[in-house]
Amino acid sequence: MTNRVVVTGLGVVSPNGADLMQFRHAIRNGVSGIKKDSQLEELLFSCQIAGKPVIDQKRILQYFTALELRSMESTGIVYGVIAGIDAWKDAGLVPAHVMEPNWDCGTIFGTGTSGIDKFRGAIYKIDELQIRKLGSTVVAQTMMSGVSAFLAGKLGLGNQVSTNSAACATGVESILMAYDRIKSGQATIMLAGSTSDSGPYIWGGFDAMKVCPYKYNDRPEKGSRPMSISASGFVPGSGAGAMVLESLESALSRGARIYAEIRGGHVNSGGQRGSGTMTAPNPEAVQRCITAAVRQSGVQSSEIDVINGHLTATVKDTLEIENWIAALGRKGDDFPYINSLKGMIGHCISAAGSIECVASVLELHEGFIFPNLNCEDLHPEIEALVSRDKIPQTCIEKPIQVLAKASFGFGDVNACIILKRYENG
Amino acid sequence: MDKEELLAELKVIVTPYTQDLTALEQLTEHTDFIKDLQINSANLVDVVLDLEEKFDIEIDNDSMTKMLDIKSAIAIIEEKLAANGR
Repeated sequence: MTNRVVVTGLGVVSPNGADLMQFRHAIRNGVSGIKKDSQLEELLFSCQIAGKPVIDQKRILQYFTALELRSMESTGIVYGVIAGIDAWKDAGLVPAHVMEPNWDCGTIFGTGTSGIDKFRGAIYKIDELQIRKLGSTVVAQTMMSGVSAFLAGKLGLGNQVSTNSAACATGVESILMAYDRIKSGQATIMLAGSTSDSGPYIWGGFDAMKVCPYKYNDRPEKGSRPMSISASGFVPGSGAGAMVLESLESALSRGARIYAEIRGGHVNSGGQRGSGTMTAPNPEAVQRCITAAVRQSGVQSSEIDVINGHLTATVKDTLEIENWIAALGRKGDDFPYINSLKGMIGHCISAAGSIECVASVLELHEGFIFPNLNCEDLHPEIEALVSRDKIPQTCIEKPIQVLAKASFGFGDVNACIILKRYENG
Repeated sequence: MDKEELLAELKVIVTPYTQDLTALEQLTEHTDFIKDLQINSANLVDVVLDLEEKFDIEIDNDSMTKMLDIKSAIAIIEEKLAANGR
């Protein structure tokens, strides 16, 4: 038995919009969420700009109890729970009854780290011989599955409750894992998404690798430049994206709004063989991932209207374009429209894929293509491969049918998902 | 500090962890932390930490395991305060 799987709810906590309404407005209008970060400056980071969601303190109280908040030091859990619960509500769903979980509902909610600030505090206490003062909340906030556990408890989820981790491919992978579970009939509704902590202790490692831009500290909104000749690294970001996936049958039976259909996807790895390494992608693996995703989805590569790229604003952007061209067999005028949300929000690490998928679903549902920021000086190598008009710098209002989204991560891992507009069958 | 005052202080400390607010209203010496107040057992260590901070005492592991209700908590606090000469 295989079920068709549709998206019926969306939630997002993004640097350029901390809820769905703000986010929709921001991506249509090319609003940047990149700001100067005084903490990074004080800590002598080379890159002192970042994309960090701004959430009203009063709003957080709608999602957490006062007791939970008293010791909460996991930004990733806060973002993930808000995005996840928003998606659940957006789908018209409510939490399970207090005495029994919803056995057919689960979550795959990914992350790369959890509660890194909580961990830091705990480590200091232990080293100061204050282990007895840790309290009861360190484990739940620092275990990777903390975010899915919090969500499951708040919503009463009784199906699979787990957290995946695949570096920057985490978000797309979580959606595909949830998709597989519904497709195979093991669950009816899955909350899929991913989150990423904020702050110097997660971003520091990247700053030390010199992969983040250091020349834009006085012009934060110009710092994230995917596909640009002046791209000089990715701006660190954080946040969470979430979506409710549901069997088509379930969505139709309860009269749910259907945003889009997930037609298929693929995840793989280059095995750090050939030119693939811990940090560089094996191009053959990327191409195979895209090709397999298209094949599995049953659409023709010629049907793809829009690509939502990984495109982090590093020297690898051109290689990514070459891989799409090779995998789809399309280039120049024939290449699909392509955009990267990272120009607006930076690279939200483990949350990147899910936030970008929320943007992709909105584009399909509402019929628009969000603009690329900061590529007015398009890289000549990219311009030689793809027509300039396929890389929009202003929002295009246009119905689109099929969108391909891919994310690639450290460890040479890849994930590609094919989304389709849903029209009564 | 007499028993009434201690009871009042304890009530303030357990309030954020309490899930049964009716039991909290009717708090007596015989109120059980888990059975009556429905405090999550994992949170008992947090209650102990808050008590330690409030009364400037140290509650050892053995005392902690005995601290199941208000009565035993008061006894342990009084014992620790006395040991501190207060």
